[in-house]
Amino acid sequence: MADGATVGVPIELRKVTKAFPGGGEPAVRELDLHIPAGEIVVLLGPSGCGKTTTMRMINRLIEPTSGDILIGGRSSRDIDPDRLRRHIGYVIQQAGLFPHMTVAANIAQVPRMLGWPRKRIAERVDELLTLVGLEPETYRSSYPRRLSGGQQQRVGVARALAADPPVLLMDEPFGALDPISRERIQDELLRLQEELAKTIVFVTHDVDEALKIGDHIAIMQRPGHVVQYARPAEILTNPAGDYVEQFLGGGSSMRLLRLTQVGDIELDRIPYASEDMDARDLLREVELDGRGHALILDGMRRPLRWIAQAELEGVHGPVGDAGEPVTVSIGHRMTLQDALETLLNADTDVLPVLGRRRAYAGALSLGTVQNAIQSIKARERERRLRRGEAP
Amino acid sequence: MTVESAAAKEETTPEPRIGRSWHVILPPLCYLAVAAAMVGYTQAVPLDGIEHGSLNLTFLRRRTWEHVELVFFSTVLVLVVALPLGVLLTRRALRRATPVVLALVNLGQATPAVGLVVLLAVLFTIGFWTAVVALFAYSLLPTLRNTMVGIEQVDPRLVDAGRGIGMSAAGVLFKVELPMAVPVILSGVRTTLVLNVGTAGIAAFIGSGGLGDLITTGVSTQRNLVLITGCVLIAVLALIIDWLGGLAQRYLSPKGLT
Repeated sequence: MADGATVGVPIELRKVTKAFPGGGEPAVRELDLHIPAGEIVVLLGPSGCGKTTTMRMINRLIEPTSGDILIGGRSSRDIDPDRLRRHIGYVIQQAGLFPHMTVAANIAQVPRMLGWPRKRIAERVDELLTLVGLEPETYRSSYPRRLSGGQQQRVGVARALAADPPVLLMDEPFGALDPISRERIQDELLRLQEELAKTIVFVTHDVDEALKIGDHIAIMQRPGHVVQYARPAEILTNPAGDYVEQFLGGGSSMRLLRLTQVGDIELDRIPYASEDMDARDLLREVELDGRGHALILDGMRRPLRWIAQAELEGVHGPVGDAGEPVTVSIGHRMTLQDALETLLNADTDVLPVLGRRRAYAGALSLGTVQNAIQSIKARERERRLRRGEAP
Repeated sequence: MTVESAAAKEETTPEPRIGRSWHVILPPLCYLAVAAAMVGYTQAVPLDGIEHGSLNLTFLRRRTWEHVELVFFSTVLVLVVALPLGVLLTRRALRRATPVVLALVNLGQATPAVGLVVLLAVLFTIGFWTAVVALFAYSLLPTLRNTMVGIEQVDPRLVDAGRGIGMSAAGVLFKVELPMAVPVILSGVRTTLVLNVGTAGIAAFIGSGGLGDLITTGVSTQRNLVLITGCVLIAVLALIIDWLGGLAQRYLSPKGLT
């Protein structure tokens, strides 16, 4: 897959306008948007805001009234629409699979149109099924109706990737799935994207989905213009005006928790020691820290036990194997939300955070999380002030 | 039927469930038994000269074959006209013409069959081909209508998906719209066939032959046996052709739709 795979190209929308005949105000008005190569850009907004129209103009399912769209530096107007679309992956809600064709035939459509030899197509189909997590033997010759919604959507993604296009357009692809399948396939898409680095334009009205999968989010407002185009964290901490704030619908601190990984924030420090450290030295540190306990690490710096101040008092020589084993810890890849959940369910106020190779990287308490959120917000506020924007 | 063969190529799994095939042949065997009993009876009882003229086996065979020919040619004509016309009328550019065409076709269907047959005979000439044209006019609607409905009921998202992955308009028509419409189109064709078998009986009025000849003879000479034999044979033919249509519908419809 990785060999010779096509990575994303940038897409540039320049003063793109779409007015439908007899439609009054244009659906999209003088839209400028730069979509960087290899990123997922989410067009987010309520229905009727022009996000789907914008996306469909990229592969010319809708022709712009005026303006220019450059894909990898080439104007889309210069390419025959059918040919253009064969090199842009297209995924829609409920996958849009052809029910009268097998899974393999569905995936093979674009390579067939491109005139690939039969053998290469068959190999490609199996490769793609494996890539999206479906066993080729089992699914190759099934019909779409026999598959679950999530499986259909995977086949839809496989079909879009069939001819290895640099660009993928996805129009509310996971909108019809139940929450659990949706979460799972979103994770899957992010995993795939890490590997493939396509340029993906993703249309949704689901704020959480946008925050989760978008590298950049363009929030759109009726009629057809972008009110804010920024990274998810910035949109949460610094929404551009009432409209965005209203559309996000509150709870932005909670969302920030979901967006931030434990490894990204400043962690707490607690006293720690190896088993052969002198107990009196450790006791001094614990007294200085004032919270009454310390961590014992093994030779690879992996947390072994909690030891309380009382257990250290009066002990001479090495710390040894005193203390309670560490049962709950937090990974540095966890989102703050999951970490918070773990923290609330644990019976200690502080939990060790494990970094690479499960080595001790710091500690997390409710206070740490709170500080982190505050500092993220403060940082954004400062950035805003520096840019001289109104708060 | 190039459309079905294209769809069949997509199929990779073997067709299961052959075990219940006797279920499928049972009805036509019954129909044939009824026809055989009827004809057998006419051969066994004593007949007068008029009856013998209409009920001898050579004559029956010829009339039956003529009937099948009437149905065959009129249905082929319907297919040749209705399928392309139905497709055209669902294209965006021609959609405005739809009500006009449907009104015309409805006219053919709404006119009483006898009137239509006689009218055409007056306008042109009597004989086989005039009857074929009359049957065509009378049975065009179901196939045309179902072709249009079959195509229109294809989920627009599938058409969008087809265009979106780079199929041309013709590609979408032949690879998505028509295969998906096959079950509905075939059910229209089946209706056309059955209509034609029945209406072809009337064609005897304008000297085009067919089993209707037995009915007109039976009525005009007051030979009930001849009349009834004609009716039964037409009914049996209609049932058998309907059964064949059902088979076609089952085996030509693309897999994966249910």
